[in-house]
Amino acid sequence: MSKENRHIIAVLMENESGALSRVAGLFSMRGYNIESLTVAPTNDPTLSRATVVTRGDDRTIEQITKQLNKLVDIVRLVDLTEAAHVEREMMLIKVRATGNQREEIKRLTDIFRSKIIDVTESTYIVELTGDSHKLDAFMSSVGDDHILEVVRSGVTGIARGERGLKV
Amino acid sequence: MELSGGEIIIRTLQDEGVEYVFGYPGGAVLHIYDAIFRQQAVQHILVRHEQGATHMADGYARATGKPGVVLVTSGPGATNAITGIATAHLDSIPLVVITGQVTSKYIGTDAFQEVDAIGCTRPCVKHNFMVKSIDEIATVMRKAFYVATTGRPGPVVVDIPKDFTAPHIKIPYEYPEQVNMRSYVPVSGGHSGQVRKAVELLAQAKRPVIYSGGGVLMSGADSELRQITRELGYPITSTLMGLGAYPSSDDQFIGMLGMHGTYEANMSMHNCDVLLAVGARFDDRVTGEIAHFCPNAKIIHIDIDPTSISKNISVDVPIVGDVKKVLLRMIELLAEDSRRANPAEISAWWDQIKQWQAKKSLAYEASDTVIKPQFVVEKLWEVTNGDAYVTSDVGQHQMWAAQYYGFNKPRRWINSGGLGTMGFGLPAALGVKFAYPDEDVVCITGEASIQMCLQELSTAKQYALPVKVINLNNRYLGMVRQWQEFAYEGRYSHSYVDALPDFLKLAESYGHVGMKIESPADVEGALREAFAMKDRLVFMDFITDDTENVYPMIEAGKGHQEMRMHPKAGELA
Ligand SMILES: Cc1ncc(C[n+]2csc(CCOP(=O)(O)OP(=O)(O)O)c2C)c(N)n1
Ligand SMILES: [Mg+2]
Repeated sequence: MSKENRHIIAVLMENESGALSRVAGLFSMRGYNIESLTVAPTNDPTLSRATVVTRGDDRTIEQITKQLNKLVDIVRLVDLTEAAHVEREMMLIKVRATGNQREEIKRLTDIFRSKIIDVTESTYIVELTGDSHKLDAFMSSVGDDHILEVVRSGVTGIARGERGLKV
Repeated sequence: MELSGGEIIIRTLQDEGVEYVFGYPGGAVLHIYDAIFRQQAVQHILVRHEQGATHMADGYARATGKPGVVLVTSGPGATNAITGIATAHLDSIPLVVITGQVTSKYIGTDAFQEVDAIGCTRPCVKHNFMVKSIDEIATVMRKAFYVATTGRPGPVVVDIPKDFTAPHIKIPYEYPEQVNMRSYVPVSGGHSGQVRKAVELLAQAKRPVIYSGGGVLMSGADSELRQITRELGYPITSTLMGLGAYPSSDDQFIGMLGMHGTYEANMSMHNCDVLLAVGARFDDRVTGEIAHFCPNAKIIHIDIDPTSISKNISVDVPIVGDVKKVLLRMIELLAEDSRRANPAEISAWWDQIKQWQAKKSLAYEASDTVIKPQFVVEKLWEVTNGDAYVTSDVGQHQMWAAQYYGFNKPRRWINSGGLGTMGFGLPAALGVKFAYPDEDVVCITGEASIQMCLQELSTAKQYALPVKVINLNNRYLGMVRQWQEFAYEGRYSHSYVDALPDFLKLAESYGHVGMKIESPADVEGALREAFAMKDRLVFMDFITDDTENVYPMIEAGKGHQEMRMHPKAGELA
C-alpha cells in the first residue's frame, strides 16, 4: 500500500444548483475521504469554485481527480498540492474572557497575528486566518476549557505564480 | 412556430429522429401526453410498469446503437424507472428519460406525487437536468441527447415541472443546431505516443491475449477488432458484455473469460505476457481475485473513460480514446511493420492453449430423461441459425445463454451484465422487436426472473410483438441455489420457488401461445414449431434439471488459474 497524503483539489464548476451535490455525492458514493469542502462563486458569475481537502494514496487521488473531471458540471480542476501554492483557512472562535484570561487571550491574539472582532464583559470573538495547523495551534493554546464556540471556513487555496485554474 | 412546453418536448424528439417513446402517463405529464395525442411523428408505446419502459428503451438502444427514450410521471413513475436507469448506467447505455415533476411553485412542499427525481437518480445517471423554465426545454433536451450518446454513453434524466408544459403558454420554437458545453468535452483520439508503445509491445509479445469488452460494441469497432486480431494472429477472449463483437465460431476466439468463462480463456489470461484490453473495465466478475490477476503481464488498456483506466488494475500502457479510432491507428502502425519478434513462441503459445481447450470445460452431462438447460440453448442456436437477437434475465440461464449461444454478430446479445437486473429480459426483447420486427428475438429467462416484469406480456399483445420466451424452469433461484450448494454446504435458504404459476395458461391468458416441454426428445421439435409461428409470441416453459450447475466457475477469492470444473470433467472431455 502506498502512502496516504493530504491533497487540496481546486475545482471550477458551472454555477448550477446541482453541481455541489454532485461533488459531495461523488465522495460519499465512492467512499473517498473528505476533510473539508468550500464553495463560492468566482469573479465570473457563471462559475463556482470549490476547494476539496482529501486524503489518499496516489492511486486514489488519481481516481478522485478523474472522477471529478468526469462530472458533467465540472469545467476544470487542479491538484494544488502538486506544486507551490498558498492555502488559507479562516476561523471565528468565541472564547471565555474574564479575569486574567482577558489579558492572556489578548496576548495570544497578538502572537498569532489575529484580531479580536467582538468584545463583551465575558467573551471575545477572535478572527484568525492561516493554514490549518495555525488554527489548531491557536485552539490548543487557548485550551478547551475557555473555548465557547468554533467555526472554521474550511481550506481554500490558490497556486503560486503563473500556474492557475482558469477557464 | 409557437409551441407549448409539452409540444416542444415531443418536437425535440422528432428533431432527434426518435421513433419510439416508451412511457406511462400520470398527473405531472398530462400536458405532454396531450401533445403526444395531437401528433404522428413520434410513436408512444404504453408499457405496464415504468421499469418495463426503461428496459424496453434500453433493449432498443443496445440493439440499434441509438438512444432509447422514456417518459414517466413524477413520484412513483420516476422511482419505478430507477432500476432501469441504473441498469443502463452500469452498462453504459444511452437513454434519455423524461420525468414529470410537480408544478414548480409546489416543489419542496411534499406535494402529491413529489419526489426529488434529480436527487434520487443522481448516483445512477451519466447526468441529469432540472428544467427551470419553458425557454430552457429545447436546449436541455438537445444537451440530454448529446451527453447520453457521446463519450462513454449513459442514461440522462430530464426532470420537467408540469407548469412548464402547459398548453396555454407558447413560445417560439427552434431546435439548437449545436451544443455548447465547456464542462463536457468527450475525448476521442488516443495519445499517439502511447498507441505506438502499445503496438511495439504487441509485436514483441510471446504469450499475448486480447481481452475485449462492451466498449467495442459501443464504439462500433467490431470490424476493426476483427481486423487487428486477424492481423496479429493472437487469441482473443471477451467479457460477457462484449460477446458478438468478435465471432464466437472463429478459431482465434477462445471463449468468454471470467467467473463462468472457459478454462482456456482464464488460463490464457493468467499466463499471458502481454494483455490488450479493449473497451473493457476489469470488472470483479472478470478479474477474479485481483491479487492473482495476470501476474506476469504488461497491460495495454484502451478505453474512452479515463476513470476506467487503473481503477481496479494498474496498467502499463493506458490509452484514453474511442476504441474504433485507436484500433484503426494501431492497424495502420502494424501494417507499416508486420514483423513479429517471436513467431516460434507464439506458435508454442497456441499449442499450450489447445491443450487447455482439450479439457472441454463447457462439456456437460447429456441426458435423455431430463432436459438439460445447455441443450436447450444449443438447440435454440441451431433452430435460429445462430442469428437471433437474444436477451436474457439474470441467473444460471443467463450464463448458459452466454456460454452456449455462440454469438457471431455484434449487438445480438443483450443482457444486464453490470447491475444484474432480474426482470430485464422480456421488456428488453420487446424493445429489440420494435427496432427489428423481421428478426428472431428471443428472451432466455428463468421462472423467477420472468416474474419480475411479467406484466409486459400485455404490452407485447397490444403492439403485436412476436418474441419467443425460453423459460428455463428449474424451480429454483438457480444461481442462488448453486452458491448455496458450493459455499453454504447445501443450506438452500429461500432459493426454492414454490407456488409457480402455470406458465402455459398464463401466456394464454395474455393472448399468447403457451407451450410446456418436459422431455429432451421434444425440445427441438417444440422450438421449430414455435419459431414457425412468425406472428405469435410463444412462451416456452422448459422444465429443466433442477440440480444443474454452471461450470466452470471461479469461486470467490480465487484467481483465473483456480477454476472449479464440472465434477465429471475428466469423463466428459
Ligand atoms: C432484482 C434482483 N433481485 C435479486 C437478484 C439476485 N439473483 C441473482 S440470480 C437470482 C436467481 C434467478 O432465478 P431464475 O430467474 O429462476 O434463474 P436461474 O438462476 O434459476 O436460471 C437471484 C435471486 C438479482 N440479480 N436481481
Ligand atoms: Mg430458476
